[in-house]
Amino acid sequence: MLGKLTLEAIPYHEPIIVIVLAAVILGGAALAGLITYMRKWTYLWTEWLTSVDHKKIGMMYIIVALVMLLRGFSDAIMMRSQQMLASTGGEGYLPPEHYDQIFTAHGVIMIFFVAMPFVIGLINVVVPLQIGARDVAFPFLNSLSFWLFVVGVILVNISLGLGEFAKTGWLAYPPLSGANYSPGVGVDYWIWSLQISGVGTLLTGVNFVATILKMRAPGMSLMKMPVFTWTALCANVLIIAAFPILTATIAMLTLDRYLDFHFFTNDLGGNMMMYVNLIWAWGHPEVYILVLPVFGVFSEVIATFSKKKLFGYTSLVWATIVITILSFVVWLHHFFTMGAGADVNAFFGIATMIISIPTGVKIFNWLFTMYRGRIEMTSPVLWTLGFMVTFTIGGMTGVLLAVPGANYVLHNSLFLIAHFHNVIIGGVVFGAMAGITYWFPKATGFMLCEKWGKRSFWFWIVGFYLAFMPLYILGFMGMTRRLQHVDNPLWVPYLVVAFIGAVLILIGIVCTVIQIVVSIKNRDQLQDTTGDIWGGRTLEWSTTSPAPFYNFAHEPQVKELDEFWEMKERGHEEAAKKPYAPIHMPRNAAAGVIISGFSLIFGFALIWHIWWLAIVGLVGMIASFIVRSFNYDTDYYVSVEEVERVEREGRERRSLPGARTPTDTVVQG
Amino acid sequence: MANNAMTSHDGAHDAHDDHEHHDANGLKVFGFWLYLLSDCILFSMLFAAYVVLSQAYAGGPTGAEIFELDFVLVETALLLASSFTYGLAMLGMNRGDSSAVIKWLMITFVCGAGFIAMEIYEFHHLIVNDMGPDRSAFLSAFFALVGTHGLHVTVGLIWMALLIIQVKQKGLTEAHRGRLMMLSLFWHFLDVIWICVFTVVYLTGVML
Repeated sequence: MLGKLTLEAIPYHEPIIVIVLAAVILGGAALAGLITYMRKWTYLWTEWLTSVDHKKIGMMYIIVALVMLLRGFSDAIMMRSQQMLASTGGEGYLPPEHYDQIFTAHGVIMIFFVAMPFVIGLINVVVPLQIGARDVAFPFLNSLSFWLFVVGVILVNISLGLGEFAKTGWLAYPPLSGANYSPGVGVDYWIWSLQISGVGTLLTGVNFVATILKMRAPGMSLMKMPVFTWTALCANVLIIAAFPILTATIAMLTLDRYLDFHFFTNDLGGNMMMYVNLIWAWGHPEVYILVLPVFGVFSEVIATFSKKKLFGYTSLVWATIVITILSFVVWLHHFFTMGAGADVNAFFGIATMIISIPTGVKIFNWLFTMYRGRIEMTSPVLWTLGFMVTFTIGGMTGVLLAVPGANYVLHNSLFLIAHFHNVIIGGVVFGAMAGITYWFPKATGFMLCEKWGKRSFWFWIVGFYLAFMPLYILGFMGMTRRLQHVDNPLWVPYLVVAFIGAVLILIGIVCTVIQIVVSIKNRDQLQDTTGDIWGGRTLEWSTTSPAPFYNFAHEPQVKELDEFWEMKERGHEEAAKKPYAPIHMPRNAAAGVIISGFSLIFGFALIWHIWWLAIVGLVGMIASFIVRSFNYDTDYYVSVEEVERVEREGRERRSLPGARTPTDTVVQG
Repeated sequence: MANNAMTSHDGAHDAHDDHEHHDANGLKVFGFWLYLLSDCILFSMLFAAYVVLSQAYAGGPTGAEIFELDFVLVETALLLASSFTYGLAMLGMNRGDSSAVIKWLMITFVCGAGFIAMEIYEFHHLIVNDMGPDRSAFLSAFFALVGTHGLHVTVGLIWMALLIIQVKQKGLTEAHRGRLMMLSLFWHFLDVIWICVFTVVYLTGVML
């Protein structure tokens, strides 16, 4: 009846997990109680959960990402403390089978459920506003994408209290991840959370490529698109090209585990090296899916706060396109040691080094944008400067690893760990923080507190260097990755420093949480009444903050790159004199939540081999999709009176007492 | 009659007089092309895996031993014919003739269902004779590739049945035209994939 699911699945003999579970359950109950007490369920359902508004979906992505950052980071600090305590022969406090789940969960969560939703969330909030559109191409699909992603998140979190997570490392290489060596449900949690959320990501890719290519405001040719939109376009093209590879690869592993296929098994002709090739053919482009959009964030931030046009827009766009293409011809550098032969390794080594050239071009773009600019040292700028230094170091160690000879020595060591944290924290995390701070007022109507933002930055950057520079050294000293315990007193000092670094990062994260709380509390003082709080250059700053649900009362007409800046220079000649017209908008949809709900049932049932329930989930998904297809009333027109009312309120906000000009706020912040 | 249909079609357009709806269909079809690109990559991975494993027989049967080209040729003919009849349905749609659309969709459905029935027969035959996907890596890759195509055709059939009902209910509305166009792309796409399957798996298989 319940497949493999029994009471034994609850790890009540592990005190750490029990405490965490209790805290999660209590916290969840408290939250649910609070929502009930405040009678906010209907509001939550109609305004948020079923919303197809790209701004709200984007904010929900980012909220989930922040929550999962806490989860992923607690894994990280457990690993740091375990390694510190268990390096002189001691056992530490995490048994091996638990430690293995932690490093797997850490990688999976940080990449799929923190970095990805940060980036996709920012793309959701910003791109339609930047191109002067009223929504994305397929608003319902966007809601469905988000909820499929949430199902992945839920499955990963269920694994904490029911059964186990994979003990295989974040990419689940076979044969270890095959049914013979991982008979438990851990790998199945991994499979279904990634497969379901991966489908969501794929749909996001389709949605945003269609949005960017087909829904730009009149006059906005490709080479007049804001840089962030360009990088979002390239990232979403990469999603369309790369995520099917992940889907296919995981599907093959699934067939191996569930139906006794032999794609990657040791026996009967299986070829596990094919898995490694396939997974990295997705995995390397994935890195650029994450990092290209944050390059876009830094470009916007640095141009805005230097009060200058971005230096070398065209070269930056072409560098982005070149990286997009090259990202598909470097995957083998993740496994030089597999033995593909000297010629193949040389090809991929050189290709990898070449990819650093367009990236280097970008660094100079940003440097020259700042050169002779009037730079305002806001927290987004701090994150950007921190990124430029840190990412450059990470890039250089990457080139080092691209030398196949050196790679044979450094591969699988902590040097590698230090390298990819160097680029992912220095690039994606710093970029997400910069982007969130920069666009927060556009999404919510008020700014984030600068004081706590800067504190967060300083703890993060100092913590980062303390946590990861020792790992480079430990890598040279021969310490490999994923060690649960080891007996080498020489390594202890470095591990202690790394632990201290992790604690500083923890304080940085706490600062961010405080920053959000303080900002919400003081939102009246932090209001953005102008709609253009930073003195921005692109279209999203031409509408009010928060942007009305239809984004723009009049469709913007674009004549130049940095159109809004030019508009301000021209003196707003086309300011709202034209009469308003009814606006065509999509209706909210519950179908995304419902279909995803069934997919959760489907995934959960397959993990535990509860076949009848899996059929219920599958039929439910298909049936709710079909029901949705009979609903023809999916859009409506916003009346002229409604548009007038919203616009009037926006204007009134501007004339509130205490309304400030952009420069005032920045100086004060 | 064709003339009459033409006029009523134009009339439908005038009644709508709504640009956003026309754009909406164009946008949806464009988005569907993007989806097809991603699906194409999914198939290319399965093809790549098949080619890598195509001689990993592990002591089991080879392609030459299990493929019956005559049988597969009939399957192929059914699928190609169904693409042709879908084309006729689209011509009906362009004339605004909903009964022609329904008639040709039904014929297409029968051809597609026949294809699936033959494929299920082939799979069943192999599995009961101990030549299932668990026998060797070659057979795993074969079942996964051909089965994924079959799964796609099945989804197409469900979609087609749904569209037959919907067109019957409400006629050739703008929304239905968009869906018919997308299913058309999907159906022809599956045909192209099948031609690759036929070439790479069956024709090459009997020669190896």
